[in-house]
Amino acid sequence: MARKLARKDAVVIGLGWTGSILSHQLCEAGLDLVAIERGPWCDTATDFPISYAQDELRFRLQHELFLRPAQISVTFRNNAGQQALPVRTWGAFMLGNGAGGAGIHWNGETWRFLPTDFILRTHLTQRYGTSFLPEGMTIQDWGVTYDELEPCYDQFEYLCGTSGQAGNLKGKIQEGGNPFEGPRSRPYPTPPLKQGYGHTLWAEAARQLGYKPFPQPAGNMSQPYTNPLGVTLGPCTYCGFCEWFGCANYSKSSPQTTILPVLTRMGNFEARTECEVTRINLDRSGKWATGVTYVDSSGNEFEQPADLVILCGFQLFNVQLLLLSGIGKPYDPSTGEGQIGRNFTHQTISTALGFFDKDKFNFNPFVAAGAIGMCIDEFNGDNFDHGPLGFVGGGYLGQVQTNGRPLESMKLPPGTPAWGLKWKQALRDNYLSTLNAGAAVHASFYSYRDNYMDLDPTYKDRFGRPLVRLTIDFHENELKMSAWLTDKFAEIVQHMGAREVVKHPRKAPYSITEYQTSHLNGGAIMGENPGNSALNKYLQSWDVPNLFVQGATAFPQNAGYNPTGTVGALAYWSAAAIRSQYLKNPGPLVHA
Amino acid sequence: MYQINRRRLLGSSAIALLLNSGTTRAAMVKGGLPWKPGSADPPAAVTPDGWRCFTPQEGRTVEAFVDRLIPPDPETPGGKEAGCAIYIDRQLAGPHGRFEGHYMSGPFQKGTKEQGPQSPVTPAEHYRTALTALDKVCRGKFGKAFAELSDEQKDETIKGLEDGSLKLEGTDGKEFFELIVKDTQKGFLADPVYGGNKDMAGWKMIGFPGTHYDYRDWIDRHNQRVTLPTVSIGMHPNWSQSR
Repeated sequence: MARKLARKDAVVIGLGWTGSILSHQLCEAGLDLVAIERGPWCDTATDFPISYAQDELRFRLQHELFLRPAQISVTFRNNAGQQALPVRTWGAFMLGNGAGGAGIHWNGETWRFLPTDFILRTHLTQRYGTSFLPEGMTIQDWGVTYDELEPCYDQFEYLCGTSGQAGNLKGKIQEGGNPFEGPRSRPYPTPPLKQGYGHTLWAEAARQLGYKPFPQPAGNMSQPYTNPLGVTLGPCTYCGFCEWFGCANYSKSSPQTTILPVLTRMGNFEARTECEVTRINLDRSGKWATGVTYVDSSGNEFEQPADLVILCGFQLFNVQLLLLSGIGKPYDPSTGEGQIGRNFTHQTISTALGFFDKDKFNFNPFVAAGAIGMCIDEFNGDNFDHGPLGFVGGGYLGQVQTNGRPLESMKLPPGTPAWGLKWKQALRDNYLSTLNAGAAVHASFYSYRDNYMDLDPTYKDRFGRPLVRLTIDFHENELKMSAWLTDKFAEIVQHMGAREVVKHPRKAPYSITEYQTSHLNGGAIMGENPGNSALNKYLQSWDVPNLFVQGATAFPQNAGYNPTGTVGALAYWSAAAIRSQYLKNPGPLVHA
Repeated sequence: MYQINRRRLLGSSAIALLLNSGTTRAAMVKGGLPWKPGSADPPAAVTPDGWRCFTPQEGRTVEAFVDRLIPPDPETPGGKEAGCAIYIDRQLAGPHGRFEGHYMSGPFQKGTKEQGPQSPVTPAEHYRTALTALDKVCRGKFGKAFAELSDEQKDETIKGLEDGSLKLEGTDGKEFFELIVKDTQKGFLADPVYGGNKDMAGWKMIGFPGTHYDYRDWIDRHNQRVTLPTVSIGMHPNWSQSR
């Protein structure tokens, strides 16, 4: 029997990026708030200090900072004709664990989506006609526009200290920035990062081919920065132990380096860590949340009543919790009915390797940061004419090589044996002169009727609750797009003077073993009406008005950019609506 | 070896204070950032004194195997001298040898390649079965255990595992080959604190300066060799703990 605790104004589930932003915003508004976090408390000096953070085996290969599948996992199948099996060790994506969530281990790549990304269905059908979209593609408009979100993108970037070069200031294109980006109201808070030899050469080659390269916007500080909350970040040192690792320099944007020092000092804030929320509780009508039930690390069950529930877990677990709590209608792919679980997407990643003459090229791959790199955006979104090409979607291309960690970065020319003296020689001869950007082509993954999430019928978590089941595969559209974009990237690498270029376009079937970013999206998407979405434009549940669901769960489809910038912007957007409208008059904010 | 779960224990540095009994028992954070001195968790340095998982015969076999996967050459030690077998032994004796942290609930069923590893056989069990089977097949074919074969015979045996033509009783020879190749490479290139990459031989071979954490003087020096001395966690007694 769960022990009932004293009521709080708000309970926040999860203390990653969105949990930290929402907690801070609502505590600032005076709410008595508790954040409940499944993982442990986490901080720089105790979990990734400068004396041992640089450990590839421990943090990159043995995943110490990440959630353990033993605690909770998911099941996976490519299609409904297969039985889904558990993910016993992570592969295709990696999940954060503890306070800070993925904000601890991310690269820091901080992009905005394009204005057309938010009105994707309208835009594409207007330009190419409805029949241009493949059968079974379920892309939608978001219900919110880029212009509405712009101040929130700005707010998140200034929270983070994002280092970049503006490309479009209030409609005026700026030299050296991304000429395709949506208009921004002011420059980035800090200048762009410096670039290494490989990144610089690639940009030069891209320029020669007629493209407009620009530095990737980075949550790695190009200089010391104090944010509007008064929290200070240090300068990035290009250490090459960024993504998958915590930053020992306080120079990567994370909840730890931007919000938590202030949030934890607010008298009306409390965090309970190592506590897992197992259910969002509803009243008898099923249309109002009464709080949450959670289990602490001793296995005791508690009920935390609250007037307002903010679900800030990672996308996969947000959807699992909605399904387990009976919120909304579960999606059924055979009928197309139900909103919870549909439009599940990932990211379409590919690359081309460049092997260079070691006597002429030394890239020092270990001198790098998580969001270092030079990129071009000519082939993202609908920035180019898809008419003759027979696919929709796109992505940025970039020399975004982030490290020279010896095991992870080991890429040898085709034909190299897997062992022996020739292997050893090839490793010796190629380590410093190989262009190896894992996500060089970072492209969209649109939504389809048959890619979805539901509850697994067989496999359970440690509480005996069904794991969430992923049914996902690549469609022809994304494969065609990937091949075409990879060719474009390879051309630039060739033009740099590579001895040999090896293309690795994305191929089907989708594999759960190969890392493809952790950009999972959808399952409780936002939209204009409850007939085609789970959340309204403020991320408020259509079904349960005192529940707001943050994160990439809301994305109706994924664009050709890393999602965190947009996740942060939506969090501020949602928080503003709660503060200015909801708290004055609790109830539905949109009447559709 | 560090302990995976240490930072997750109730009573760790994270707690600011516990609520009164009768309410929730949690690691609660309120009123400021939690802090407790001495609560960091550096890796424990491996000392190369005997085997923790392998029997002496298994240790001999693995040493012989890693020395063919990464043979010595005039410039750089081979797998044996670099400590790859010691690395593997210590890993198998620890949490990773038992798949700690993996989802280990049944039913166990083989799926598609895309669905990833589904076997309940742990790495330690896998090595045990494979090394026994390897010696058996070598005795049958050459009249000697693997470690006693000539280099050519060892290479021929390894090639047989690699291409699947040589079968091992009780396990898949090709899968074992892939596992030991990966583990040997890790032994060669992971931080020396874990028992391999002795004197940072692997890092020196490729030109990776190791655990430096500040390259601001080098980011603009394009196409120039970094001349910093190679460093590791394992080389500095203050940066690791002996157990």
